[in-house]
Amino acid sequence: MSEMKFTKDHEWIRLDGDVATVGITDHAQTALGDVVFVDLPEVGRIVSAGEACAVVESVKAASDIYAPISGKVVEVNHALADNPGLVNASPLVDGWFFRLEPSDAAQLEALMDETAYAAYLETL
Amino acid sequence: MTDTLLATPLDALHRRLGARMVPFAGYALPVQYPSGILAEHAQCRSRAALFDVSHMGQVLVEGPGAAEALQRATPSDLCSLRPGRQRYALLTTDSGGILDDAMIARLADDRFLLVLNAARKTLDVARLRALLPGAVAVTPLDDRALVALQGPASEAVMLRAGAAEAARLPFLGVAETRVAGLPALVSRSGYTGEDGFEISVASEDAVALAEALLADADVAPAGLGARDSLRLEAGLCLYGNDIDETTSPVEAGLGWTIGKRRRLAWDFPGAERIRGELENGPARLRVGILPEGRQPARAGTAVLAADGTPVGVVTSGGFGPTVGGPVAIGFVATGFARDFTPLELSLRDRLVPARVHTLPFVPHRYRRNTRIG
Repeated sequence: MSEMKFTKDHEWIRLDGDVATVGITDHAQTALGDVVFVDLPEVGRIVSAGEACAVVESVKAASDIYAPISGKVVEVNHALADNPGLVNASPLVDGWFFRLEPSDAAQLEALMDETAYAAYLETL
Repeated sequence: MTDTLLATPLDALHRRLGARMVPFAGYALPVQYPSGILAEHAQCRSRAALFDVSHMGQVLVEGPGAAEALQRATPSDLCSLRPGRQRYALLTTDSGGILDDAMIARLADDRFLLVLNAARKTLDVARLRALLPGAVAVTPLDDRALVALQGPASEAVMLRAGAAEAARLPFLGVAETRVAGLPALVSRSGYTGEDGFEISVASEDAVALAEALLADADVAPAGLGARDSLRLEAGLCLYGNDIDETTSPVEAGLGWTIGKRRRLAWDFPGAERIRGELENGPARLRVGILPEGRQPARAGTAVLAADGTPVGVVTSGGFGPTVGGPVAIGFVATGFARDFTPLELSLRDRLVPARVHTLPFVPHRYRRNTRIG
């Protein structure tokens, strides 16, 4: 299992073998509040880094989720359909959004590591 | 717009309780506390929640003939409102739109208290001063706070707070009394669909009142987020979303606020348009909309007929925690306003089926009768 990387939009991504898992950070779920709906991309969709490909809705508002890197969506977390609260309860584990087959895994290197993301949060 | 937000007398208390503060109508107000909107919503439906609504305008209208004078600004029949009673009323524009919605309490024959929307109160006061005769004074009570205690446990909480007189009030009753030993003006009303009280006290007593109520095990604080989801489920209008100067009382389904006697004289602002709509039917109507599935339809969502023709728009929408799914309020062409009419909602890149739903989504549980003892 590789290191978790982070975007400025508060997604996390972690590469395990050939597949990267994407979710939102604890900071993001706290800021959103209670999540009531997650709209996930279709399996098979090709997404580019920075492309809006999912939507997370809290009681108050909707927010776009962006693909941290380019690739093909190979799996989505169906558990979120019945239990969107998993995003709040377990943002880094059970509340994952989708899995990507990266088209260029080297794009991960441009993202923040945990220390850099923590420092980034301090600037907000 | 100014950069400086106004603080209510409970500002420091909210921050101490860990509230997330947001700008709302020029005030810094709690949108939620650490427990979150869903928990605060459930608290209000199951026990009791305390809301700070001190941003709302409290305006005293007092003087000889105050009832007749106030009727120059509203189609409500205030002459028939008994002292000690309160009524939901609309202030209308000369062209028949809604200037604001208000709770109007008759404290005495010639003395009324209006509770107005924060974003509209300055405009409302100017309008009242322009319309009312000089002998009737219009006085904003800027030195008062307002809190709402809402939920099925509210009456028991009031009794434990030493407010026996307030606890005996019927729905929409008003009394100048004491709560937690503090002089207070209490009405049995609210904006959640639950039984509850709105309590007005001097600003300097606000913290003592809030702390006394929050000390009760059945009470927890709730913010604007829960206030919005509760009123949405209760089918109650939010000024600026569901109603504004372009919507008429008839379109908004608020024709019941127009007094019977006022419909004989037609002597209120905007009577021409409103009378025409009452007699011929309005072009559009406010309805409840129940989307299928779980995706909330937010304000601004286009509403289509089953054949794809645009017929309206969502004006308030979100997730209804008690309903357990999305709920919305919107306006549709009159021919599509009947209950169960199938509709389509244009949500991002897809159409989601929906249908017209009776309002409220969650039945009101107001206290209807006076309690003896």
